[in-house]
Amino acid sequence: MSVVSKTNWRPGATLPTIQARAQLLRQIRDFFAARDVLEVETPLLGRAFGTDPAIQPFVVRENSTTWYLQSSPEFHMKRLLAAGSGPIYQISKAFRQGEAGRRHNPEFTLLEWYRPGFSAADLMRELTDLMQHLLGMAPVVQTCAYAELFAQSLQLNIFATDSATLRDCAIAQQIPDAADLVLERDAWLDLLWTECIEPQLPPAQLTFVTDYPASQAALAELNAQDPRTAARFEMYYANLELANGFQELTDATAQTARFNADNVQRQHAGQPTLPLDTRFLAALQHGLPRCAGVAVGLDRILLARTGLSSLDQVQTFATERA
Amino acid sequence: MANYSTSEFRGGLKIMLDGDPCNIIENEFVKPGKGQAFNRVKIRNLKTGRVLEKTFKSNETVAAADVVERELDYLYADGDFWHFMDSNNYEQYQADAAAVGDAVKWLRAQDRCQVTLWNEVPILVEAPNFVVLQVTETDPGLKGDTSGGGGKPATLETGAVVRVPLFVQTDERIKVDTRTGEYVGRVKD
Repeated sequence: MSVVSKTNWRPGATLPTIQARAQLLRQIRDFFAARDVLEVETPLLGRAFGTDPAIQPFVVRENSTTWYLQSSPEFHMKRLLAAGSGPIYQISKAFRQGEAGRRHNPEFTLLEWYRPGFSAADLMRELTDLMQHLLGMAPVVQTCAYAELFAQSLQLNIFATDSATLRDCAIAQQIPDAADLVLERDAWLDLLWTECIEPQLPPAQLTFVTDYPASQAALAELNAQDPRTAARFEMYYANLELANGFQELTDATAQTARFNADNVQRQHAGQPTLPLDTRFLAALQHGLPRCAGVAVGLDRILLARTGLSSLDQVQTFATERA
Repeated sequence: MANYSTSEFRGGLKIMLDGDPCNIIENEFVKPGKGQAFNRVKIRNLKTGRVLEKTFKSNETVAAADVVERELDYLYADGDFWHFMDSNNYEQYQADAAAVGDAVKWLRAQDRCQVTLWNEVPILVEAPNFVVLQVTETDPGLKGDTSGGGGKPATLETGAVVRVPLFVQTDERIKVDTRTGEYVGRVKD
């Protein structure tokens, strides 16, 4: 977005859009009340932060304590699940430093929910029901594996391709500067995804992208039948990414190893490493019930609902105006 | 000079790229659900005027370019340089042929131009959108022809040649759109 003048005090969203958000929140609460999913609140300030090298925290200092504004409520919510909460949902703010653009704002609203006993496929069905409830239509739904989309769009077998081949593909696709970029293998996949695959996703329908490569598992379990992939899915409406879900990793040892690997990657990239969330790991040790969880970007749901193009138009005061 | 992180990229930001000052025209932040974010940026090279597209890894930094745009009055040419003055403080600047570029054919003393300065040196001179110039030479056209169809070439006092309607005569003053090089109309005093 462009620079907003220092005396421009007006909201970016119109009153009808602000009303549409209020209605959206009501509909979500109705949906979960009818399904006996408990609404919860967890802190925005935490002593720990996810280690994902692609997410940078806002840091808040208080004397000798360092706090992190949470990038997602997932760690606290899983501690509730481990404590026996049963199915829970939350509507909360989330913070990611440096993410600003038409479809990103450093502060945004997430709907996140967890279903003990659900598989990722069960949760995708419930998410589809919710979308029908929120977008007011029976959406056309397509489900496609991440690797399959690479095979279809770029004729690449991602399980047998090294960085050099991905780079060649990016150059052949005429992505500006592809030849000059220095990227890790997964970042090449990310570049090809955002430049070549995402823009081609079919319009006016929901696409579930499933079975992400194990290197992009984040907090998802690996698939038992094909451990090259993880039980992670994303949901798109047209080419707008709306949700990310997992069959949640419940193994404390595997989770610790992933946190440590992230911190090694952070070190390589010259980023600060982050303290491990010891309370979250202790909760996994105690036992997280087998469950699936998903996070949905509500500002983007409003984009899909209103047909507007920029988050600045659906947030009262996007960060540029704050 | 300072550095800018990609998260500070905005339309109008001036940055250095491959040794040349550039202006950001458009910036788009793109990121898959999780993973590496990129900035897809459309940039104008201020020395060549060329527009190019660049992909940056998000959180990279680039050097800021000390570039400002000023309204300066054109004074005169001395054969090597074109001289301009800021009428607010009487500071003078000299621009070389590369900076003046195509604007040269519209420059007339006292006309106010938009000049881009990089480290205080002109790198781009833009003529006013409309200039009024005297016709120094054109074939005598048919009196009474006001149809405007066809037309004929006319040489102007700055040396520029534009197509004018047949009724336009030598010594008359005409208004020209410098962006298209097209005749707009006659100017009567």
